[in-house]
Amino acid sequence: MEIRINKETCTGCSICRKVCLYDAIEIVKGKAVVNRNCVFCGACIETCKFNSIEIIGLKEEKKDFSDYSGVCIYLESQGSRIADVGFELVSEGRKLAEKLGVELSAVAIGNGIGKSAAEAFQYGLDRLYLMDSAVFSANIDDIYAKALVQVISRYKPEIFLAGATWFGRTLVPRVAAILKTGLTADCTGLEIDKEKKVLLQTRPTFGGNILATIVTRNARPQMATVRPHVMEKKKIAVAAEDYQDRIEYINIDESKFITEYNLIGVEKEVDENLNITDYNVIVSGGRGVGGSEKFSMLRELAGLLRGVVGASRAAVDSGWISYPHQVGQTGKTVNPKLYIACGISGAIQHLAGMQTSDIIIAVNKDSSAPIFKVANYGIVGDIFEVVPMLIKRIKNGKPLV
Amino acid sequence: MQVIKIKIVVCIKQVPGSTEIKIDSRTNTLVREGIDNIINPFDAYAVEEAVRIKERFNDGNVEVIAMTMGPPQSGDMLKEAISVGVDRVVLLSDRAFAGADTWATSNTLAKAVKKIGGCRLIILGKQTLDGDTGQVGPELAQRMGIPFIGYASSIPEISKDKIKIKRLMEDRYEIFEVNLPAAISVVKDINIPRVPSLRGKVKARNMEIPVWDAKKLEADEDEVGLSGSYTQVIKIFTPEIKHDIKMIEGSTEEQVEQLYKELKDLKVI
Repeated sequence: MEIRINKETCTGCSICRKVCLYDAIEIVKGKAVVNRNCVFCGACIETCKFNSIEIIGLKEEKKDFSDYSGVCIYLESQGSRIADVGFELVSEGRKLAEKLGVELSAVAIGNGIGKSAAEAFQYGLDRLYLMDSAVFSANIDDIYAKALVQVISRYKPEIFLAGATWFGRTLVPRVAAILKTGLTADCTGLEIDKEKKVLLQTRPTFGGNILATIVTRNARPQMATVRPHVMEKKKIAVAAEDYQDRIEYINIDESKFITEYNLIGVEKEVDENLNITDYNVIVSGGRGVGGSEKFSMLRELAGLLRGVVGASRAAVDSGWISYPHQVGQTGKTVNPKLYIACGISGAIQHLAGMQTSDIIIAVNKDSSAPIFKVANYGIVGDIFEVVPMLIKRIKNGKPLV
Repeated sequence: MQVIKIKIVVCIKQVPGSTEIKIDSRTNTLVREGIDNIINPFDAYAVEEAVRIKERFNDGNVEVIAMTMGPPQSGDMLKEAISVGVDRVVLLSDRAFAGADTWATSNTLAKAVKKIGGCRLIILGKQTLDGDTGQVGPELAQRMGIPFIGYASSIPEISKDKIKIKRLMEDRYEIFEVNLPAAISVVKDINIPRVPSLRGKVKARNMEIPVWDAKKLEADEDEVGLSGSYTQVIKIFTPEIKHDIKMIEGSTEEQVEQLYKELKDLKVI
């Protein structure tokens, strides 16, 4: 296998050298040359205007995947409820299934989840595989992986999608490893290549600075995890027919689902909403907040907006607020409807975690702060004046001017 | 000669420090200028935690081995690992490894762990800055048939047979106990990595980094690198540059009033 540059057509324009993230391309005597740093990421191939770059010698097995059909969604449960991301994926899966002209199914695993899982029919589901048993009372990787493998091996979907939740991101790789197939993490876009009938999986990498489109080669199903809130969940009119006959109850041999994980306990922080990815509004504070007690005004504002408090790395590292609130590359990736950044300068690592929010409002003293580059609304001002005044305005309901 | 009883493997990766990545607005392509390669930030916590576990046992029976798969220059990062207390390092480097997805990477790592004679514990960072998948850990654990616990934020107990992990999930902490061998990934709040000691630096400087290639791992070329991968990148592009910003001007009162109106329009109040 090697990456080859066509010396006839290469003009030495050096665009490929500029896009290479690994310093793997040099221009020698007016032609591009690939060195040993190359990781075959493919960035240069796409960017070359002269189609001069190709990867050759890659073995393509001609495998027959005709017994794989349909799109299957994993409906992750939290207690007896199905997490929203499951329904979002059913809506997305509906579109993919229609483009392929195949069935849309979903699998739900848990204890007492039947009612919540059946809601998926409102989002366009054709068939539900239900694995409901007391052995699944807690979300645990090994037995859940086994359960998913059981369903996937039996019904052979060509596409399998799951939420890129923290649980999903450790569970689904195990499933892919057992099935010996590819898995693309954290997708933000899914499309069908109509000609080849394959799934085009697009995901951000390098902290959201670039997007990569990935395909699964030589294996099925094509598996991907998708971030919560990325796809829109959309109820579509359900036919009057009863959906009961579209639920398949999978029998569980409980003796085969014995976990190696001993779950000793679950702890939540008191009075804190840790699951910041789950909220439509995040009010986030950075270095400019200046102290843990000063986060209380952000909490108050967040409360008024039915949101939650986030923070930059600077605020977390200073000990003003706990790590589960951290947004950014080494914290959480969020995409709420509204993100209000207070006293956050907007280091690229922070932007990577929040720039896909629908609306971003930035309040910062420094008009040249990078946060304003991604914001929809900007206020150059002191957060200690703006935030308390806004709180007052919301509470009083009286115009200020 | 002392018998080493407990081996801890730390899997680390060198990544481009992404701070300098910019987009050339004229050509809409990515421009990288003078980007330093750094140890993946989460991996620094993994290295530190492994060294701390060794110190907790403090009986001379724990050996910490750091391994990385990457181009030859990744060896520098392994030297850094030595300087903060890692005992031994291995660089897995071969042109055949290039282009590996998480599946092929986990295969190469699994073979290397096998070659060192197995281990009791594998520690990885939660995810890398560049690939950002977090998949290598669970795939590696599955290949080896051992439990994987992600997002460890503390290790309340560890013995040579068992480990207790407090792990961070989106909205809670979960406390698990599993038998060893096991693999874990760590998040940022597990520790604060130490700075290298002078003695460590001297040791690192004089160190020869062992390099293992596909042949040494007895890996076939078509089970590693891009050939051994089930996923392949077919296109890379830059996200569309976003919207224009609307600056809200005026006195603080005017600004807040305007902001209030925008929030009303957004229907959050």
